[in-house]
Amino acid sequence: MSNVVTRPLPSLDEPDTGPFWEATSSHELRYQQCRECNKVVFYPRRHCTNCGSSILEWHVSAGEGVIYSLTVIRRNGHPYFSSILPYVVALVDLDEGFRMMTNIVQTAPEDVRIGQRVKVSWEDYDRLSLPVFVPVVNAVSAKPAEDKVVS
Amino acid sequence: MTSHEDAAIVGIYEYPSRVIEGKSPWDIKAECARLALEDAGLGWQDVDALYDAGENGMGAGFTAAEYFGLHPKVMDTTAVGGSSFEFHTAHARRAIREGKANVALLTYGSISRSQSNAIGTGGRVSERVSNPVNNMENPWGLVLVGNYAMAARRHMYQYGTTPEQLAEVAVTTRYHATRNPDAVNGLSALGIRHTGELSVDDVLSSKMVADPLHVLDCCLISDGGGAVVIAGSGIVPSTRRQPAWIAGTGEAIGYRENESDLTLTAATVSGAQAFGEAAIRPDDIDVAMIYDSFTITVLMTLEDLGFCKKGEGGSYVANGYLRYDHPGGPALNTDGGGLSSNHPGMRGIFLLIEAVRQIRGESTSQVDSPAYCLAHGNGGWLTSRHASGTVILAR
Ligand SMILES: [Zn+2]
Repeated sequence: MSNVVTRPLPSLDEPDTGPFWEATSSHELRYQQCRECNKVVFYPRRHCTNCGSSILEWHVSAGEGVIYSLTVIRRNGHPYFSSILPYVVALVDLDEGFRMMTNIVQTAPEDVRIGQRVKVSWEDYDRLSLPVFVPVVNAVSAKPAEDKVVS
Repeated sequence: MTSHEDAAIVGIYEYPSRVIEGKSPWDIKAECARLALEDAGLGWQDVDALYDAGENGMGAGFTAAEYFGLHPKVMDTTAVGGSSFEFHTAHARRAIREGKANVALLTYGSISRSQSNAIGTGGRVSERVSNPVNNMENPWGLVLVGNYAMAARRHMYQYGTTPEQLAEVAVTTRYHATRNPDAVNGLSALGIRHTGELSVDDVLSSKMVADPLHVLDCCLISDGGGAVVIAGSGIVPSTRRQPAWIAGTGEAIGYRENESDLTLTAATVSGAQAFGEAAIRPDDIDVAMIYDSFTITVLMTLEDLGFCKKGEGGSYVANGYLRYDHPGGPALNTDGGGLSSNHPGMRGIFLLIEAVRQIRGESTSQVDSPAYCLAHGNGGWLTSRHASGTVILAR
């Protein structure tokens, strides 16, 4: 007998962020931009965080960016997450100018670096998909990779 | 023009035990309140302003006054996590200055440890899906310590900060804790076998929790409680103890934005406000009580408050520079801090209490006649939404 523990998934009914998650079922990584002032808004909301306008347009990201920071989680009391330890949580700066939290997968945690170029990959669930990221192999990074920084 | 002598902390009490059984958090708060008022030489019914951080649930604005049996003219439930008490101090001084109140009471009581809240790695996933933030972040499995770990990782990337330098913070605070009997007894009560001094190697060889933070880079999880009494200048002469005048305060909120530098905290704003009001510089501070949820919290806060340049925190904290008996830098967290004395979840009140002990000359790691002591609370999560509250106390 194995206990099936499931990953906590977002709600499609949350008014501000529901549309973001709905789009993931067709593997679209969406973000918003203000039509008045062009500010890129993320996480999704219904107003512009720069000018207060309520006219935000949805765009689809190309799904590529650079790791801003990361950590390798080695302890978590949550039943699902404790079953996948260790795993990488990262902040990724997408090329379109928004920063999102995600997991970096399909690579050894110790090989994940700040400055590494990554692209979106999708983990499919019933009514939505989770946008996780994987390193872009042989990518030329716009920023120096972490191990090249000297103090 | 702000006077440095509008309001002062005149009463303090810290609950001595780190493991508390058979008491409710409210009972702990009331006991601390009684003893802090006694310390001040004031009576229960002198309190006309009540502050509560809501550490025991919603509705503190109704429940606190009733539980204590007080009729406050000012009720303030600003809840910004560990920095709540620094915000409360700022608000109390304003209320007193405006003539709305004369005696303010701040209390805190928590049985986090006994309730076995794994604050740092509990992996509690909020059920409140109506919150847009939770709906975006819950799927990724980020624990509280992970936020700070990402700050540390980025700081190392941008400035070349090393794990050894982070460990120095834990080494310094443990050094101070070994001199504080309540802290040493607490470490034992919490089941920590090694209660003596730590070396950098001890920290680095402790278990990794979230890279690059080890267990010994993280604060304790304890029970605890405390209370602080603040009085206006008209009341101060009738109190018993040396007043710790509130010379400057600052409050700020920070959060993650697209393209923002997450090695910076809201302390850049709250610190500048507080130093401006007090009309002093970081060099003038003798004791720095800096919220130490994690070693990186201290390092980044010291930079953002201006004790050293941005990015130079690593070398600043090294070689015991912040020990109470080391000349030059301010003494850091002389009670042992959250890393080695107590951390029941919101540590901000203990920063104020130890700063007042230093002003009075009663610390177990006493600095010689400090003129200015700083208490800086950090609430929330670095690299994410957080609050910074800075209070400068003067003799
Ligand atoms: Zn706008």
